[in-house]
Amino acid sequence: MISIENLKKIYNKVTVLNIPQLEIPTGQSFGLVGNNGAGKTTLFSLILDLIAPNSGSVTSNGIVVNEREDWKKFTGAFIDESFLIGYLTPEEYFYFIGELRGLDKTAVNEFVQQFTELFNGEILKKRKYIRDLSKGNQKKVGIVGALIGTPEVIILDEPFANLDPTTQYRLKDIIRQFAAEKNTTFLISSHDLIHTTEVCTRIVVLNKGEITKDIQTNTETLKELEAFFSKGILEEA
Amino acid sequence: MIKMFLSLERKAFSRSASFKLNLAFKIIFGLIGAFYLVMVLALGVSVFYVLKEKNVEPLATINKYLVYWWVMDLISRYFLQKSPIMYVKPFLTMPIKKGKIVSFFLGKSALSFFNIYPAFFFLPFSIVMIVNGYPVMQVLSWHIAIMALVFADNYLNLLMDNMDRVFVAVLVILLSFAAMQYYGLLDITVYSTPVFQAFYNYPLPGFGMLAIPVFLYWYCFTYFKNNLRTDEAVQPKVKEAQTENFTWLEKFGTVGTFLKNDLKLILRNKRSKTTVLISFFFLFYGLLILTNKTYHNETWKLFAGLFISGGFLFTFGGFVPSWDSSYYPLMMSQNIRYKDYLTSKWWLIVIATLISMILASFYLFMGLHVYLAIIAAGIYNIGVNAHLVLLGGAFVKTPIDLTQGRKVLGDKKAFNIQTLVIALPKLVLPLVIFYIVYKYWNITAAYLSVALLGVLGLAFRNKMFRIIENIYKKEKYSTLAAYKQKN
Repeated sequence: MISIENLKKIYNKVTVLNIPQLEIPTGQSFGLVGNNGAGKTTLFSLILDLIAPNSGSVTSNGIVVNEREDWKKFTGAFIDESFLIGYLTPEEYFYFIGELRGLDKTAVNEFVQQFTELFNGEILKKRKYIRDLSKGNQKKVGIVGALIGTPEVIILDEPFANLDPTTQYRLKDIIRQFAAEKNTTFLISSHDLIHTTEVCTRIVVLNKGEITKDIQTNTETLKELEAFFSKGILEEA
Repeated sequence: MIKMFLSLERKAFSRSASFKLNLAFKIIFGLIGAFYLVMVLALGVSVFYVLKEKNVEPLATINKYLVYWWVMDLISRYFLQKSPIMYVKPFLTMPIKKGKIVSFFLGKSALSFFNIYPAFFFLPFSIVMIVNGYPVMQVLSWHIAIMALVFADNYLNLLMDNMDRVFVAVLVILLSFAAMQYYGLLDITVYSTPVFQAFYNYPLPGFGMLAIPVFLYWYCFTYFKNNLRTDEAVQPKVKEAQTENFTWLEKFGTVGTFLKNDLKLILRNKRSKTTVLISFFFLFYGLLILTNKTYHNETWKLFAGLFISGGFLFTFGGFVPSWDSSYYPLMMSQNIRYKDYLTSKWWLIVIATLISMILASFYLFMGLHVYLAIIAAGIYNIGVNAHLVLLGGAFVKTPIDLTQGRKVLGDKKAFNIQTLVIALPKLVLPLVIFYIVYKYWNITAAYLSVALLGVLGLAFRNKMFRIIENIYKKEKYSTLAAYKQKN
């Protein structure tokens, strides 16, 4: 379970994130939507302790993330390409992360097996370094890297962007499957309202750093979100 | 247009992350530069009279040594002068003529410090010559010819930086001349002096020298204009991945995992390969200074020993977290404890130092004392300097682009006040201790005392690691922010 208390991040006197209270229970697929600059990546970076909050705290399974490091054991994340090691081959990258999470090579090979379809024959045994892969394939490597060892909490920033349509569908299946079978807590941000509503059981809308909507996904959610984001634009028309 | 480019340059300079971090250093660097210029200026004004006093013809004497200066100028440019070509990408799709972009960047490179400082010497020197009755026309032609050579260096360096064949050609020519000079087969000054003298004696070829930089400029211009795309022509083709497994490292647990990664990092990236190659050359540093009579005392041996055993430590170790800068957020959110991360880097440095100490055994031919100095210095490097280098690393906030091979020594941004302060005990402390013990006791005790410092450092390893770990934690956020900013 992740709980956030009075979390504030201020850059140059501008509050970019202000969340008085937010709780994400274990096993929830938590979707974060919002326009550019709404604070999505900022929130994820705070949860991963990559930036320091100006006030408040993030607690992950009872561990305050900027006080102790133990949350790293049960957390996997892919935010951007700075989570990839360019001079490794995809296999080596998976082994590296596997070793850090206590999986040996055979276990990693076995784990990666289930992504054969997602990889579409372009990732494994290609004798290519990650830095030489295309942007989309790099993203696949990063996402699978975050899943290795089935951490309890998985954080993905814009996982659907830059992926081809087929891969987007496959990725949605994988996320649903992990959430259902392994009770993984997913934190997913996206601009794509359709994907997010399909995958996530709860959706939070961030706007200028504040939570403006907090919805348990139901059949009406997509319409509600579309209405929210097209407000103003439709009125003008 | 030029005005717009200039304002972009100014912004790129004043808004880079390292600018704010290192403002104090920039000021010091500027002062050093200014001091250097004043010294060069003073030399330019006075050298004529000094040489006259010694009863030699000033111009002929200068001409004799000019060739050495010219070659040194080219070499230091290669290592220190920044190639300006890297930042053109955003302009390529804008409605700007390619020729304009290229000429701006070539013109910008002409404003480098390297092209300005020679004027501080040659201008006053030429004026003094004219004042002393040398014919104006002839002095002018000589002066123009030298300036032409300066700018030739400038554009030659640009070509060397971007075209491997030019680099190899220049390297081969320089090395073969250096070798012939060294073995006494040929004295280059015998041939170069009359050439430089001719610029003075015959004004026409002197002015004609201007053709060389003009030609090189034109060559650069066409080359860069034709290659002004983001890749293909300039970037190497994708190489097939090597796959080394280093399975023998697996028995060392997490530390082994990192070591494996570090070995791959070193082997697969241009920048780290070059660095390790340079650290290898440190092994031979002793040959350079210990064969020289001036340095024939025990303290200098220890000084050499610190570099001989610590080549890797100083070159690779000095940039420690920066090697991982391109994926630092991954390292910070993976199941990695700072302690394990630091321990693995420490081991890497220690192993490399041990290897250097073994490889350095050829110094036994220069006497047992030389090798003992290397051993003592090596122990100090392992026990004390390995920790200091990691400590300094916490303040090195320069992201490293692993794929860029050049400018290994030229990363001025990597220096800042903290690293300088931490760098001091690396060299000064052991030398001072050694000198004092040697002076008031004896040589054996002096070696032992330096080695003992190293052993003490090892004994307090855990304590030192805890301190370093805390500093890394405190610096974590600002390091992450700085690494995010490429360039």
